Amino acid sequence: MPKRDDINSVLVIGSGPIVIGQACEFDYSGTQACRVLKSEGVRVVLLNSNPATIMTDPEFADATYVEPITTEVIESIIAKERPDALLPTLGGQTALNAAIDAHAEGILDKYGVELIGANLEAINLGENRELFKGVVERCGADSAASRICHTMDECLAAAEELNYPVVVRPSFTMGGLGSGFAYDAEDLRRIAGAGLHYSPTTEVLLEESILGWKEYELELMRDKHDNVVVVCSIENVDPVGVHTGDSITVAPAMTLTDREYQRMRDVGIAIIREVGVDTGGCNVQFAVEPDTGRLIVIEMNPRVSRSSALASKATGFPIAKIAARLAIGYTLDEIPNDITGSTPASFEPTLDYVVVKVPRFAFEKFPAADPVLTTTMKSVGEAMAIGRNFTEALGKALRSIDKKGMNFHWDGEFPTGDAVEELLKAVTVPTEKRFIQVQQLLRAVRAGHCDMEAVYEACRIDPWFLDQMLVMNEVAHEVAHAAELDAPLLREAKSHGLADAQIAALRGVPIEDVYALRAELGVQPIFKTVDTCAAEFEARTPYHYSSYDAETEVAPREREAVLILGSGPNRIGQGIEFDYSCVHAALSLKDRYETVMVNCNPETVSTDYDTANRLYFEPLTFEDVMAVYEAEKAAGPVKGMFVQLGGQTPLSLAQRLADAGVPILGTSPEAIDNAEDRAAFGRVLEAAGVPAPAYGTAHGIDEAIEIAERITYPVLVRPSYVLGGRGMEIVYDREQLEDYGTRMADVGDHATDAPLLIDRFLDDAIEIDVDALYDGTDLYLGGVMEHIEEAGIHSGDSACVLPPVTLSLDELERIRRSTQALAEGIGVRGLMNVQYALVSDVLYVLEANPRASRTVPFVAKATGVPLASAAALVMTGSTIAQLKADGVLPEIDAASIDMSQRVAVKEAVLPFKRFRTHEGLVVDSVLGPEMRSTGEVMGFDETFPLAFAKSQAAAFGGLPTEGKAFVSVADRDKRSIVFPVARLHALGFEILATEGTAQVLGRHGIPTSVVRKHSEGRGPTGEPTIVDLVNAGEVPLVINTPSGQGARADGYEIRAAATAADAAIVTTTQQLAAAVLAIEALRKGPFDVLSLQDAAGARARNVIAGNMA
Amino acid sequence: MSDTTALLVLEDGRTFEGKAYGATGQTLGEIVFNTGMTGYQETLTDPSYHRQIVVMTAPHIGNTGVNDEDNESRQIWVAGYVVRDPSRRSSNWRAQRTLDEDLETQGIVGISGIDTRQLTRILREGVMRAGIFSGDALAPVAELVERVKGGAEMSGAHLADEVSVPDAYTIEPAAGVDEVAHVVAVDLGIKAMTPEMMAQRGIRVTVVPSTWTAEQILDAKPDGVFFSNGPGDPSAAEQPVQTLRRVLDAKVPFFGICFGNQLLGRALGYGTYKLPFGHRGINQPVMDRTTGKVEITAHNHGFAVDAPLDGDSVSPAGYGRVKVSHVCLNDDVVEGLECLDIPAFSVQYHPEAAAGPHDAAYLFDRFVSVMKGERR
Repeated sequence: MPKRDDINSVLVIGSGPIVIGQACEFDYSGTQACRVLKSEGVRVVLLNSNPATIMTDPEFADATYVEPITTEVIESIIAKERPDALLPTLGGQTALNAAIDAHAEGILDKYGVELIGANLEAINLGENRELFKGVVERCGADSAASRICHTMDECLAAAEELNYPVVVRPSFTMGGLGSGFAYDAEDLRRIAGAGLHYSPTTEVLLEESILGWKEYELELMRDKHDNVVVVCSIENVDPVGVHTGDSITVAPAMTLTDREYQRMRDVGIAIIREVGVDTGGCNVQFAVEPDTGRLIVIEMNPRVSRSSALASKATGFPIAKIAARLAIGYTLDEIPNDITGSTPASFEPTLDYVVVKVPRFAFEKFPAADPVLTTTMKSVGEAMAIGRNFTEALGKALRSIDKKGMNFHWDGEFPTGDAVEELLKAVTVPTEKRFIQVQQLLRAVRAGHCDMEAVYEACRIDPWFLDQMLVMNEVAHEVAHAAELDAPLLREAKSHGLADAQIAALRGVPIEDVYALRAELGVQPIFKTVDTCAAEFEARTPYHYSSYDAETEVAPREREAVLILGSGPNRIGQGIEFDYSCVHAALSLKDRYETVMVNCNPETVSTDYDTANRLYFEPLTFEDVMAVYEAEKAAGPVKGMFVQLGGQTPLSLAQRLADAGVPILGTSPEAIDNAEDRAAFGRVLEAAGVPAPAYGTAHGIDEAIEIAERITYPVLVRPSYVLGGRGMEIVYDREQLEDYGTRMADVGDHATDAPLLIDRFLDDAIEIDVDALYDGTDLYLGGVMEHIEEAGIHSGDSACVLPPVTLSLDELERIRRSTQALAEGIGVRGLMNVQYALVSDVLYVLEANPRASRTVPFVAKATGVPLASAAALVMTGSTIAQLKADGVLPEIDAASIDMSQRVAVKEAVLPFKRFRTHEGLVVDSVLGPEMRSTGEVMGFDETFPLAFAKSQAAAFGGLPTEGKAFVSVADRDKRSIVFPVARLHALGFEILATEGTAQVLGRHGIPTSVVRKHSEGRGPTGEPTIVDLVNAGEVPLVINTPSGQGARADGYEIRAAATAADAAIVTTTQQLAAAVLAIEALRKGPFDVLSLQDAAGARARNVIAGNMA
Repeated sequence: MSDTTALLVLEDGRTFEGKAYGATGQTLGEIVFNTGMTGYQETLTDPSYHRQIVVMTAPHIGNTGVNDEDNESRQIWVAGYVVRDPSRRSSNWRAQRTLDEDLETQGIVGISGIDTRQLTRILREGVMRAGIFSGDALAPVAELVERVKGGAEMSGAHLADEVSVPDAYTIEPAAGVDEVAHVVAVDLGIKAMTPEMMAQRGIRVTVVPSTWTAEQILDAKPDGVFFSNGPGDPSAAEQPVQTLRRVLDAKVPFFGICFGNQLLGRALGYGTYKLPFGHRGINQPVMDRTTGKVEITAHNHGFAVDAPLDGDSVSPAGYGRVKVSHVCLNDDVVEGLECLDIPAFSVQYHPEAAAGPHDAAYLFDRFVSVMKGERR
């Protein structure tokens, strides 16, 4: 049965901004879906508010709407595009919820749009916990005993029946948001209270505790002929209690007999049938009681999920791609298996390797957050590794995480006595560090100072996994104590996943020596292929992983290769935006070179085997990258390697790779150093005649104080060599600087001996971000972005606007000249990002980075210029002049402003709601120089206010157009808020303020009601405080600017309450001005929508008309 | 784990050095690979693997140990066992022993620590004979290659009698299920799950030795006759084919699995042939050509029936019209036969699973229907 002929146009909804629990895996799935639909001749209409995605590149759809994912916008798009069908299952929970809402409001019926990929009944059966329990029962399987509750009283009563601890799971939330374990009534009030709030149906499920059970997941697909396949089984190494996104997981399942596995498979298949997912994928999670084998179904997702991306990468079976084909009518047996080319997709992949996924956390960014792992997902990214055995894969995955202190180590003596007792106690609680603690305990087990059973009882990690980790410790012990490292021992160590760095540490020798010794002894990895079939059939797709095994499968080639290093696991500050540039390089160079991608992030488009010609799923460390390079050099000519597109991770390898003889394409490692090294950069600035704020480099806090007093406070202080503003703070006086020194000494995640960089902080500056391309002669100014927030907020967290709304043409020309001078001075060949601060007409350079930046995709979407692709071409030798002649780059760049150009606003999305303090409050949401956003959205419209309004709608659910507005600002901001607050009042907002602010507003004739501060508590007759009002959802707009002088905690409770209650929160005066304009624009009616393709058409017509400034 | 060196030697002279696993010594046989990720215990005890050295493509073997429930017959049948990473610790609530212990006790010579993927890539070009040597059995490679070449070929081998039970036994319908039929199941290497699946459906099963004659079978007045899976070359199984023809002549409903399917093919007058490397795994897509549906199935066969795929054909041996009911979607190999004029059908793959998915269990229901006369 071929594809349906009644579906000619499909609306695909993406997942919006990257947030915890919903990351770039949905760009991967959405991109696959768009590609498939287009190749089937279906017109693809796409909605996604996230500009950093590959799927929103104009060539992946016929009409791409980077607009807020709201019901009104969906209706506008449907009215305009009149698609035949809506495919909501590839954009995560966001897309699914948007589709449900659109249906509920009758929009789908009104325009005759069919929902494909899943039906509403199936979504409801899968996601409604009560109904799903019925499904499980009808399938002859068990669920944990549970009760559905809609009020707190019901929750308390149910918990008494079920006995504490109970699991709290809100309905219809993603990534386990709002769920957790309640050990007593107090916990329950806190967790279930939040859960009832987050659930769109005000519904939570309380469940008997299955803490400590084994946890598994199956990925299934079903077609309209009721053919079902199980694509992958995944086993969580962490037992039940930790969200699967936060668990270390392994595929395939390692500790099930066939009988148990087949029972799980039968139940999974029965569930996908009973739920009625007729065309597409789903996952089902199971728990197994370790002592009896009792099997319980935990939950299912009736859509493509984060685990589907992992399963696709783990098996080579592209779930999203196949789901898209199924949705338009194909059956599994009609779809070929890409990898073999000769067999159909209606089979179950079999693995002859082991896949391990390790999560990456960002607790260091949220020091107040409770670090205990629960059923609410908290990790921001993950790394996957493939090996021929578990230990090899685990070792590779742990070193892929690229975070200090998060890998196994054998420093010092193994723990004994009290240390063992302490560790045994520590590992009962799951945290980011537990795995390392368990490994330390296993050192004691190896030495006979602790019993394996005791470790198991404490952490409940299956004994098989513990034994594997014990093997790693045994091998490490041998390595440390061998008289000499001979080839067999070295090979043994490598095949159990030990990194050169670990071996070097064990032997007390430099890491270079281990690498050299391996080369000398011929202990080198070979490359195997992910082929879906355990070598039963020949694979056509070169998807490789390294292993210390015998035979290599890298095929020789004729074409010259370009190797592209990806960016590794997503983390705050280095995420999808960098993957975007890597993907562009692969796609744009495919015609000229054999493109070879190296990366270890399973969520990304870059690790889709369809992206580059060859894919190596490998850690981004020197030894692993060199192994790929050597293998490719043996396979054919290699032009060189890209290290500047994947962010700091590959960039930090540049010098070592160059020293080892790897040709680095584009900007040279020496030039990279010119920008990174403070002294060298100082010389570049001087030669370019561009001023920078006064600065100094300090070794130790005393020197820092000396420098700060010389350049005068306030200063911006940070450790060198960090990304995303880690540890960066604005310091206003000596006392604060001393305090900073004390605190940084306690932070373990970076070298405390790294020098501190001290810059004069430019208060009240306009910050400007520039992305440019330089070929050695010409500069192409890609985008000039003006930050909406003042200086001092990390550029990744600051909203920005393109084209700049307050800069003059003269200022733009100065920016162009400075950027060109810097590019020349540094020696850039390719992309460069510069941050400027404009203060009193002086343009200061804050930072210049000769690499792809976080804003490259945003610039590309806003301007329609494929900046990243052009960069890849420049890096391989094209000139900007050629690219202009070829039409890759337009003749004019961002130094000229098209007066009719639409305005794009980028807004950051912050994860504060995910992180709770130990007391259960949301962590502080105030912005600062340390980046904490996980993702971004773009608002795109004719004017700045409209674009800003859209960005807010896309990021947070939007600004209110009426109701109460609470104002409480720092003294220094009181003057600048008067006008915007007066305007809010004129627009009909009721203004509330605390006493000080109310006085100022009152004197300006703005009627203001005084409300009680949180610290004042409720009034004598129960008058609520502002926090009470916000908690009650009565204040939709909160304006709270913290004072800069160390008193940032002042408004904390207010901001926390606003974040938790989804009130719009404004924390800077610049944001306030923008918000007021946006509110005015919003009151004029619903948004107009325009696709990127139509915007590009309009732009082209404008250029022809010569409508340029 | 053992530190004794072991050598795997292929007929073509290629060798792989690893560590001895299970028993030390020498073993010879046809070397085949199995791609199942679970079910090593069932695989090892499947009599169809008699005289075969089995390579597991899944790297970790032995993780869940061994228990008394999951054996498919009374002993391990594989001639030798090749794995990459044997587990030194069993972890499963049902585990009673380690796999290593069972292999050693039963004298199964194995090898571990070799590149099983490389070996599989060689074997997918064509199966061959091989030997595993360790301990005192080690000798210069040239000599080992000679010993391998001296081993028996699978083509032309009649092995069913070597694995069949000596005496008949009966399995009663499962507790609480009414008896619906009596079946004589001829053990050509039967797996325990097969009579178990029948018993669950109310069939009383008399499992009989492969040497039973047609008279003995028919004298038992069964409602149906079943021929099981088993090792060997179907073209060498002349006696069972004759027996089967007598059953078909008597119009007693017949169901065959695997070897039983090949024997039905031969009884109907079709040929059988040796596949280049066989199907051995639990992920094979088979299309039921009657319904158009795909089932994921367990396979273990090195031979296949040569029957026309297009349309119905007429049995060259005079049993009327025959349809190829099932086909493997990977390579279009015949996976099932259905007689349209007599009550007989068979499948090449394993609806009893063990190890493997349960998608094809409906075939046992179909057998019951055929015996009840509800369908042919």
